[in-house]
Amino acid sequence: MSSAAPKILVTTTEVTDVTPMIKRFRFAAADGGPLPSFSGGAHVIVEMHDGSVLRRNPYSLMSPPSQTSSYTISVRRDDAGRGGSRFLHREVGPGSTLTISRPVNLFPIDWRARKHLLIAGGIGITPFLAQMTQLLAAATPFELHYAVRSREQGAYVDELEELYGDRVSVYCGDRGTRVPVDDLVADQPLGTHLSVCGPTGMMEWVLSTARAAGWPEHALHHERFLAPASGKPYVVTLALSKLSVPVSEQQSMLEAIEAAGVPAPYMCRGGACGECETTVLACDGTMLHNDVFLSAEERASGTKIMPCVSRFEGRSLVLQR
Amino acid sequence: MLVKGIKSRPVYATLAARPGRAHLFVAGGEGAAAILDLAAIAPRSMWADARIVHVPGASAGQEFGRQLAGLGVRSYDERPTITAALPLLRDWLDGARMGTQLYLAGTEVLIGRAMQVALDAGVDHSAIQAEHRGSLARRVQCVHCKGITEDVRTQPVRCASCGLMLLVRDHYSRRYGAFMGVNIDAEDPGDVPPIEEPFA
Repeated sequence: MSSAAPKILVTTTEVTDVTPMIKRFRFAAADGGPLPSFSGGAHVIVEMHDGSVLRRNPYSLMSPPSQTSSYTISVRRDDAGRGGSRFLHREVGPGSTLTISRPVNLFPIDWRARKHLLIAGGIGITPFLAQMTQLLAAATPFELHYAVRSREQGAYVDELEELYGDRVSVYCGDRGTRVPVDDLVADQPLGTHLSVCGPTGMMEWVLSTARAAGWPEHALHHERFLAPASGKPYVVTLALSKLSVPVSEQQSMLEAIEAAGVPAPYMCRGGACGECETTVLACDGTMLHNDVFLSAEERASGTKIMPCVSRFEGRSLVLQR
Repeated sequence: MLVKGIKSRPVYATLAARPGRAHLFVAGGEGAAAILDLAAIAPRSMWADARIVHVPGASAGQEFGRQLAGLGVRSYDERPTITAALPLLRDWLDGARMGTQLYLAGTEVLIGRAMQVALDAGVDHSAIQAEHRGSLARRVQCVHCKGITEDVRTQPVRCASCGLMLLVRDHYSRRYGAFMGVNIDAEDPGDVPPIEEPFA
């Protein structure tokens, strides 16, 4: 979805405290019409006018994909983050209007799988909530293993156990129980696919355990949105626009380019999808590649950067933009 | 006559050891040598979890069987034909778990037919390695009558089912384990180019 793609004006119809840290927001189209249908795993970008700053953060849609009267997202307040989740928790209530993107799915269900092994950590549960309604409807076997800090801090623990029964296993950090990843990946029937969503360390642990047990790459799926890292301020030069744009400590390069009025493509804004890939014409310094899209070879070539999450330190960086 | 650069044309590699809980090998003829080449560089520990079925065919005199059995594998079996070897593979895959690695070595016919069995059992094609050894003979599916012609060495070839002269194409179906054959003289019956033998 580029910056010119259609957007949807929505009204917040309901805000629910799910846990002390997590709120659920329900959005309906401001014109009262149906929202676009989507598929489990899809996300939307929520635009937030936070003072003079325009924030655009991706959130997974958790409502049933067949439901087009409203969307729901769950947002965990990140007090150490850049401010998007704090803004939603603080400023958005029933009646608030927001602009969201149309849904985009970078984490779709692979329907070729004969069984789905879903592993979620914390707020990483949200894409699976939408996926599981689809898997249930399709009578496709699945099991969910869900790690939370405690039952109190875990979102939707009771609801999931009630809805899905013994297809759901919950592991509580405060009770010292962990997802038994070794045992799980060792005993799955042929044709099983594994999907994981959660903190980066957990996803790396799950994926590396499965790879070491001989799982093929095609059977492994993960969704990793990265928040843009903060860092030292710098200046990026846009050769086609003939502009030099300052990037502040808390700003991403993409946000700075947009703030300068230069249209730039994007989709996930989390370093995952590749849509914002930009050609580097000159670099006197070090590119800090924070994305999970570019290959090691592409990084080493020094000719590509993903401005949604990556930064720069040095004398000058010139982009073909 | 072959159109080059067809994406579905399988590209075969050299067998490499992968991590896994079970290692299943299907070899035909000189394909046994591909397993022995792998054994020369692979961790010795993998063979205790390995099963091999070999279709010796014309390689029967080369004593591959003694060498393969000598790797210390969990089981070694020989079968007279590919058709007779596939039920054994089916048995192994029945109840197999994720992390099972499949290694195929031999002609494209053997690779294609074993891959069909494995895909049907739920093995992801990326968990299947194949190394081509031996004859270039192909399995061809006639697009007109859907019949399969085995052991095709010539171009064009007469369909064993409906008798049409077929141009063997590089288009390959993993599901059928066969190349596509298209009638070569549909517009000018009898106008058939000289028969060559590119798949010997």
